[in-house]
Amino acid sequence: MAGRTRGARRGLGTYLVVGPFAILLAFPFYWMLVTMFKEDLDLYNAENVPYVYNPVEWKFWESATTKHVEFLFTDTSYPDWLVNTALVGAAVVLITLVISLPAGYALARLSGSWGQTAGIGIFLVYLIPPTLLFLPLSPLVARLGLQNSLLSLILVYPSITIPFSTWLLMGFFKTIPQELEDAALVDGCSRIKALLRIVFPISLPGILTVVIFAFSLCVNEFIYAFTFISSTENRTISSGVPNELIRGDVFFWQSLMAATLIPSIVLALLYNAFLDRFIKGFTGGAFR
Amino acid sequence: MLAPLLIAPAVIYILLVVGIPFGWAIYLSLTDAIGGSLTGNWVGLDNFTNAWQDDNFRKALRNTLIFTIGSQAIVLVGAAILSHYLIREFRGKWLIRLLIILPWAAPVALGTLGWLWIFDSLFSVINWTLGHVFGVVDSSDPPQWLGRPNLALLAVIIVHAWRILPFAVIIFLAGLASIPSEVDDAAKIDGATGFKKLFYVTLPLQLPIALVALLFGIVFTAADFAVVYVLTAGGPFNSTQMLTTWSFQIGINSGSLGEGAAISLYLFPLLAMVSVAMLFFAKRAQVS
Repeated sequence: MAGRTRGARRGLGTYLVVGPFAILLAFPFYWMLVTMFKEDLDLYNAENVPYVYNPVEWKFWESATTKHVEFLFTDTSYPDWLVNTALVGAAVVLITLVISLPAGYALARLSGSWGQTAGIGIFLVYLIPPTLLFLPLSPLVARLGLQNSLLSLILVYPSITIPFSTWLLMGFFKTIPQELEDAALVDGCSRIKALLRIVFPISLPGILTVVIFAFSLCVNEFIYAFTFISSTENRTISSGVPNELIRGDVFFWQSLMAATLIPSIVLALLYNAFLDRFIKGFTGGAFR
Repeated sequence: MLAPLLIAPAVIYILLVVGIPFGWAIYLSLTDAIGGSLTGNWVGLDNFTNAWQDDNFRKALRNTLIFTIGSQAIVLVGAAILSHYLIREFRGKWLIRLLIILPWAAPVALGTLGWLWIFDSLFSVINWTLGHVFGVVDSSDPPQWLGRPNLALLAVIIVHAWRILPFAVIIFLAGLASIPSEVDDAAKIDGATGFKKLFYVTLPLQLPIALVALLFGIVFTAADFAVVYVLTAGGPFNSTQMLTTWSFQIGINSGSLGEGAAISLYLFPLLAMVSVAMLFFAKRAQVS
């Protein structure tokens, strides 16, 4: 009895702490949601309560509108940017997997304590940020004839995703018992076969986690996307939305907020679904 | 024999796409190369000394430090509190967690656009709320969040803390999850509960991974370009100019590639120290 009331009180305390944090952190997204359906006359009237939809000239049935969202998809290059982002993301994920899967496995299994050091070494590359590299990379990309081409991003982004993915995969592979593999070897599988038939299928959730995180790193990246790509139709969302949807001093706030909210929600749902595995992989690597 | 073969592609890719540009950045910083070219005349350390003597550079260096320390202080306190509660099970945890990771999942340049609208000079929801609900702001002359030097610096600090906090929470959760339950039981038997347990048991055990979160946070913040560029572009009057935005200004906008590279390389000692510290703590966490 006493334990139950204490439990309930503790539960309430939890909500009192996490609730305000959640509201503060998510507020900008609530704000995007409210803004994207507003009429201009409502949005740009400083006397209106901004949190709700105010009827324009008492026509309450016309308080909210989807026209700015439609504008985004029919009159801007936003759909192109979505496609470009997906293309770049898919290609980078593929390159990342081809290179990180064997490396992560080798670092986890085949090379002992030396592997741990090499793993941390590769991971440290993640700490050389794009802001240090974009200045030499942009003329290099131009010299290769790749300026204003999505190929430039496809080639450069794996330098961000490979270190992180290799680290995560190393963590996942370590959690798979060595005995399982040995059994396959005894049964006459070659090591490569054991890898393809036993290890990779078991690690599928981990591999999916890497796919999600590599993809979202690509969607997130700003400075390369901004400096390598110059024409409107070749941009990705992260450089297209801030650079092309704002014309001088004219902000299409409703369309801008729609353009921002849509990918954010999709990525957050994916993140949330794979968060527990991500945490396991992150600690599996070094903090066991 | 197989291991080096499996790791080689990752190492080669990173050497090509990170190593070469990094070496090139160092080379460029020692030349008078201008925009679009890959070579220049050797000028020794002139670019570094010229940058150092420039008031704007000093300002950028100072701002980078304030920006990094300020936002990381908020992040660490917030993450320590939040993770302590989020590790528990409670109803609606899925939704709360989704709301909390939104700022990290959202593409950084796009999330920042949401804040650009929140800080708008005429229709800021913050000013409306402060003026109409709390009555602490004069609605005819509201604070210009992005138009006043000190407020603008505060704004970029807040936005970056908002973005990094969910990431730090994830790392903290990973650290908490790796504390074995035996420790919990032992603490209970010894009568350590509540704050006592937090200070004498949980926090000390969490220290190594908290430091990892901090080191990551320092790198992400000091190397950030997107938040500052989208929110203020370094203004007003260079009051939010960072090393990254200043190197972009000099290296791309003014076309002094060599000096831009030198400015961005001033970040490197900081990042190198962080990397060494990270190696040290990763090793220690492994031993314990």
